[in-house]
Amino acid sequence: MATIGIPRTLTYFFDFPFWHAFFTALGQRVVVSQPTSRATLDRGVACAESEICLPVKLVHGHVAELSGACDLVFVPRVVAVRRFGEYGRESMCPKLLGLPDMLLANLPAAPPLLHPHVDLRQGWRGRWRVARELGRQLGAGDCRCLQALWCARRAQREYRRLLRRGLPAPEAIEAVVNGKAPAPRPPAGPIVAVLGYPYLLYDSYVNAGVLRMLQRAGIDVRTQDSLWWRDIAGQGRRLPKELFWYFSNRILHAGMYFAAQPQVAGIVHLSAFACGPDSMLRKMLEIAARRANTPFLALTLDEHAADVGLRTRVEAFVDMLEWRRRER
Amino acid sequence: MKVSFPRMGNSHCAFRWLLEALGHQVIVPPEISTRTLDLGVRYAPEFACMPFKVVMGTYLEVAEQGAELLITSGGVGPCRAGYYWVLHQQILEEQGYPTRIVAFDPPDCGWRDFWHKLAFVYRSGGVSLRRCLWALQVAWAKLKALDDLEARSLQVRAREVQRGATTRALRQAVATVDAAGSLPEVAEALAHGLRLLDGVDQDDRRECLRVGLTGEIYALLEPVASLSTQEILGHLGAEVERSMYVSRFAGRKGFGPPHAEVVRASRPYLGLECVGGHGVETVGMTVLWARKGFDGVVQVAPFGCTPEIVAKSILPRVSQEYGIPVMSLFFDEQTGPAGVYTRLEAFVDLLYARRRARRGEESRNGSLSRH
Repeated sequence: MATIGIPRTLTYFFDFPFWHAFFTALGQRVVVSQPTSRATLDRGVACAESEICLPVKLVHGHVAELSGACDLVFVPRVVAVRRFGEYGRESMCPKLLGLPDMLLANLPAAPPLLHPHVDLRQGWRGRWRVARELGRQLGAGDCRCLQALWCARRAQREYRRLLRRGLPAPEAIEAVVNGKAPAPRPPAGPIVAVLGYPYLLYDSYVNAGVLRMLQRAGIDVRTQDSLWWRDIAGQGRRLPKELFWYFSNRILHAGMYFAAQPQVAGIVHLSAFACGPDSMLRKMLEIAARRANTPFLALTLDEHAADVGLRTRVEAFVDMLEWRRRER
Repeated sequence: MKVSFPRMGNSHCAFRWLLEALGHQVIVPPEISTRTLDLGVRYAPEFACMPFKVVMGTYLEVAEQGAELLITSGGVGPCRAGYYWVLHQQILEEQGYPTRIVAFDPPDCGWRDFWHKLAFVYRSGGVSLRRCLWALQVAWAKLKALDDLEARSLQVRAREVQRGATTRALRQAVATVDAAGSLPEVAEALAHGLRLLDGVDQDDRRECLRVGLTGEIYALLEPVASLSTQEILGHLGAEVERSMYVSRFAGRKGFGPPHAEVVRASRPYLGLECVGGHGVETVGMTVLWARKGFDGVVQVAPFGCTPEIVAKSILPRVSQEYGIPVMSLFFDEQTGPAGVYTRLEAFVDLLYARRRARRGEESRNGSLSRH
């Protein structure tokens, strides 16, 4: 039995229940790094390339913190999770594609990496290939792999269902993995869509608790994960070309969907400083929001962000929404 | 139709000729100036990389001059440059220009789309398919000739006696290729240009470094985007070999190492063939140059270029394992030429010192064995 460490960032908020169920079913122990803190970030900044974006620095920090606590660190090279876009070429951001290589180059002292090539453009076949590759490395037979894949898929389905009910990802993960009953949802107020990559949206250290701030102000927060994929699937047809990145496409489609809903009072976009895909995405969201006459707040997060500045801007945005509602 | 395209090094000679041969009225994009950059920076998203801003500025300048059609390259990701034309189009629309952008995606992804766009371009010019194919052939020869000339100039510049003589000779050579209008004329112009470059007064005793220049394609191809790093290196006495040229990008064989070899060289460091842009080339070429005994490698890229950042964070490992110094330079609209020059000068000094130290060691070892 090996102990597998999973960093609590990047794809953690996207597919942790899947991998947790998968590795547990294979008889492995899973440990997760602590939630992001100042120390994590400082370690990441010290190890990683200076030019690189905040999320990748965070992964470096989390992986560095995992060393000593586990035998293997699981950092999959997620290439694509569906067949979509022009010529079916949708993939992940280049930095995610090169992530294991960067970690290997910058963290020579880290535990060995488990980095399967995850390319799900071929659906089940791709999933099976990943499962078998991992099973081989961990010494499990095909039959157990298939069983584990089955459990993993069920956990992931359950997780998605909870996300669609509007649960924030950390709570949904708790509910799926540890069986904790989710807290009752606060009474609904005006709806604000908060969009951003999962590792920014659900990491309350990085975003200085923007989601909680909004909820405390009596706002019903929706994210791109609270939508069913069918709701947003057709949105891209209004564009001359789909974006190339999975998460960006989801956010753009969700943004266009929310902008078209009259009951959505405003849209907030969280982005990391100098994020490549977001430089395109934010402009597109901005244009979509302007055309629909929906208020749009763009927040940029970096390793120096002080939460006071963010709080002021969020408060101003909420006041503005309130004022706008009264005007009507 | 009034047609234009983005500017990238000397390639505009070939593209201008091609579009004129297809019966269009061509607006040659003006040289990239402060105004181009200012316009681009004003309308582009803040974190778009410098090529986006420069091209945006160029588009706005040619749109002012009445361009109706802009021809550019597309892409299928994951580098964001393939999506630029969509955003450029939206920004042009918001500024009220009726200009239309036609972007050619790589034909191996979708022949039909490529063909439709090509057909639109030559039919709107009112020429036959036959003439279009002929024009493409000649333009391709021109592109190759321009790249041959540039590659030669990068070698010659290191030994020139009079500073700037190579650049002048190159400009003359490019002008002759520009004036050529058929395959034999292009071949003749190329031979003439190479003679011109070889005729530059050279100091054969000068000891030159061999430096590889790699990185993002726009920064490599358009001198303005890297503040003429290749020329500065030449002036400092380095024979430069560049990893990317327009014709190589378009699939020219036998001009630099084959792509498969570059990928193979990058494999121990980068487990994936496609990290977008030319990240794989940057890593692979560095390995190949190190094996060939180059003195150093310079990586140039625009600020925030995602694939090159991936490459940059892997390069220190390559540099350490192969013992080849690598310097990365990232450019944005704020970068000043003096800073770049100073850093390149220091880098070249270091390479010379390394070479001297090595030679000293060798001669010491040699003398020891003789006694």
